[in-house]
Amino acid sequence: MLNQYPWWKYALMLLVIIPGFLYALPNLYGDDPGLQIRGVRNFKVTEATLSMVKATVRQNGITPKSVIREGAELKLRLVNTEDQLKSRDMIKKALGDHYTVALSLMPATPAWLAKINALPMYLGLDLRGGVHFLLDVDLASAITRAENRYAGDLRSTLREAGIRYRSIRQMKQGGIELRLRSVDDRTKAVAVINKKLTELKLQEVDREGNVYLLARLTDKAKRDITQFAVEQNMTALRNRIDELGVAEPVVQRQGENRIVVQLPGVQDTAKAKEILGRTATLEIHMVDEEHDLAGAINGTVPVGSAIYYYRDKRPILLRKRIIYSGDNVVDAAAGLDSQRGGAVVFITLDARGATINQRITGKNIGKRMAVVYKEIRSKAKLAADGTPVLDKNGKAVRIRKNIEEVITAPVIRDQLGRRFQIEGIGGIGEARDLSLLLRAGALAAPIDIVEERTIGPSLGRENINQGFRAVVIGFVVVLIFMLVYYRLFGMVANVALALNLVLTVAVLSLFQATLTLPGVAGIVLTVGMAVDANVLIYERIREELRNGNSPHASIHAGYSRAFTTIVDANVTTLIAAIVLFNFGTGPIKGFAVTLSIGIITSMFTAIFVTRGIINLIYGGRALKRLAI
Amino acid sequence: MKEIFKTTTTIDFMGRRKVAMGISGLVILIGIIALIVRGLNFGIDFTGGTLVEVAYQKPVAISDVRQNLKQAGMDKALVQYFGTSEDVLIRLPTTAKQSNAKLSNAVMTALRADNAKVEMRRVEFVGPQVGKELADQGTLAMLYALIGILIYVAWRFEWRFAVGSVVALVHDVLITVGFFSLFQLEFTLPVLAAILAVIGYSLNDTIVVFDRIRENFRKLRKMETAELMNRSINETLRRTVLTSLTTLLVLLALYFLGGEVMLGFALALIIGVVVGTYSSIFIASPITLMLGVSRENLTPVKKNDGGAGDMV
Repeated sequence: MLNQYPWWKYALMLLVIIPGFLYALPNLYGDDPGLQIRGVRNFKVTEATLSMVKATVRQNGITPKSVIREGAELKLRLVNTEDQLKSRDMIKKALGDHYTVALSLMPATPAWLAKINALPMYLGLDLRGGVHFLLDVDLASAITRAENRYAGDLRSTLREAGIRYRSIRQMKQGGIELRLRSVDDRTKAVAVINKKLTELKLQEVDREGNVYLLARLTDKAKRDITQFAVEQNMTALRNRIDELGVAEPVVQRQGENRIVVQLPGVQDTAKAKEILGRTATLEIHMVDEEHDLAGAINGTVPVGSAIYYYRDKRPILLRKRIIYSGDNVVDAAAGLDSQRGGAVVFITLDARGATINQRITGKNIGKRMAVVYKEIRSKAKLAADGTPVLDKNGKAVRIRKNIEEVITAPVIRDQLGRRFQIEGIGGIGEARDLSLLLRAGALAAPIDIVEERTIGPSLGRENINQGFRAVVIGFVVVLIFMLVYYRLFGMVANVALALNLVLTVAVLSLFQATLTLPGVAGIVLTVGMAVDANVLIYERIREELRNGNSPHASIHAGYSRAFTTIVDANVTTLIAAIVLFNFGTGPIKGFAVTLSIGIITSMFTAIFVTRGIINLIYGGRALKRLAI
Repeated sequence: MKEIFKTTTTIDFMGRRKVAMGISGLVILIGIIALIVRGLNFGIDFTGGTLVEVAYQKPVAISDVRQNLKQAGMDKALVQYFGTSEDVLIRLPTTAKQSNAKLSNAVMTALRADNAKVEMRRVEFVGPQVGKELADQGTLAMLYALIGILIYVAWRFEWRFAVGSVVALVHDVLITVGFFSLFQLEFTLPVLAAILAVIGYSLNDTIVVFDRIRENFRKLRKMETAELMNRSINETLRRTVLTSLTTLLVLLALYFLGGEVMLGFALALIIGVVVGTYSSIFIASPITLMLGVSRENLTPVKKNDGGAGDMV
């Protein structure tokens, strides 16, 4: 019998449609305003924190919808935004500096849906508001820093091996140049370096009667260093974002040297940029008290020392060797000195830093130790017309500026250990920034913001409303059109169209793909295009009827003849969508995603589902005419 | 409405192909001249620069905003209303002097200088390096999409059809881009995305016609190619018009209701759909015909429409 589907085809249909509805459902529930509370560094949220938070809000007459602990996070759901803002201020006060409290919108999905992982669609920044940064990591500078480190390693390695050298210096064009005393020394040096510093490849050079050794990083070492630099930067960025207190931040690598940072809900981009972009760290040096500062200024800088400057440009002679740096800091907090009242930073070191600190300060009581603030600023060099200056490889030329300022150089009064404080800092604000940077860790290489997109919250809401309205109106207009033009068959197509919308939303929710404004446009477009399959089929059926075929034969021929056409037409659109996805950034990707999903689901609904319904209506009975 | 489409039309499309191609050629020529003379009004996505959209609580005079910015040293700022007289769009070019990342903050400070209540709605900053990359990638994406389609159509049909469809697509892209150039509409990243979507959409129409041509080649063994193409286009005309109509309806909804940000995007799609529908009728098939397609080119292809229907 024509136009009847076996039962299993309907079962298959339900197998797709029922989960489709379930996974689309969470989108109807909306959001609760909420707070996310997280511990910073070594501080964790515990049951104690939970009861403290509960008590704090209750005391102030606010009844939260729920308070739960989820992993390393406390989630507090509130009834309205007024409660949300009030609670944030109160909790911040109660918990202090070691916790971050971030405003967030939490999906109000019922528990039974959340259990099957049904969540609402993940809205992009253009729909919820927030800031998107694209950061460029200056990898060349990471290489330079590594070479700097290796220059130090070379010095100590040669010293330990008892090989004397004339000089070791880092070359401007890359590489480290060692000047040795004799060919014999060089042979020994090569043997030692090849054994101990395998990341270096060596080249022997004789010039003007001098014996040189040129050390360069191997390609593998360079790759490792840049890889590490990007990863370390991402870690540092995540830590810094945690300090800013942002809910659901995104930190993602993009390509070789780019990092995408998305901060939903953040408005104050000035602060965010300032904190994210800082490459500051601290270094501790000993003050060179054996040599004369005046002499050094006049040109005879002693070996192993260099002139540094305070912020107010006063010079000071320091040993070049770094005793320890910001990398050894595990915690830092700003505060006021109880005795003298100035701003201070309390520092806690890791085990390695503490051991060094103990040894050095123990040996040098009465001498001075300097805290140096070090920052590398890096940005692309621009020509007068604003275009970037490119080198011969087509890469942007960067201007790097090293800022080295001595914050303070106090006399060591006592042996120091794991914890100590730095005095002589400009003000409490500066102390706070400095401690934040030390806590969050240093960036391994400077970064440059190359793209920023900020959407205010009101525009985000407006975008949602307008997008939603466009979808609904477009949808309704098409529904009416199909109903008028194809009558019963139009009705069936409309069911399929509605189902297609539900399935698209379900797939987007299931994969938690980001829905952006162009993504909404993609949905609108698929509404228009999804009916195409039905138009093709129905026109074909009408044609078959006109050619004098029976209603049943016409339905059958209409569906089967239109099938290849529909597949061909959709595959070509998919090709365009896939290209778009691979090329596109953020919002454009969103368009490609919804377009692709819409096309695929529309094949299911417009062909399979409508046929199923038509078969249910007309199948298995004699027909004289069709309502088409 | 139904009466218009009651029976299959018998319009001689192929006979009018010279006129159609003349019109298309002229429109494309105007577009190319516009592109040469006026160029494209690239948005900051491609040129790099800073764009700030702000909302005032009450209508504001553009000259006041300009004055505020000028006092803060931003005299190169382009200021215009965005939708209403409370919404203002400010564009700043990349300069060598000021750090671009900090420019948007400077703008907000300048606007708030006389205590006006201004809300930041949107900031877009694109570094010049990124802008260039996006432009390069965009061009590449367009090429990849066309090559991908060329291969698919050549595989499913025949190379003459592939060339015919790609010529039609290039035609659509040129006219849409030409329109944006002629009227100096802002060419942004979403507009580029829309053009890529147009490529996909316009091809949709072309494929439907080609499919019918292939089918008729097998069915009507004695008919001349030009006449057969005419018949195929006429047979699918109703579907072509209907689908374009429904798509246009939703696009109009998007254009009028989608908000200011979606305007360019929706407009590019509207132009693309109209031109794409036209080209799938008047350009794709005639080109294929002119390349000398014949029945023999398609007969070796296995007949697969009947069998595939069982999957439905």
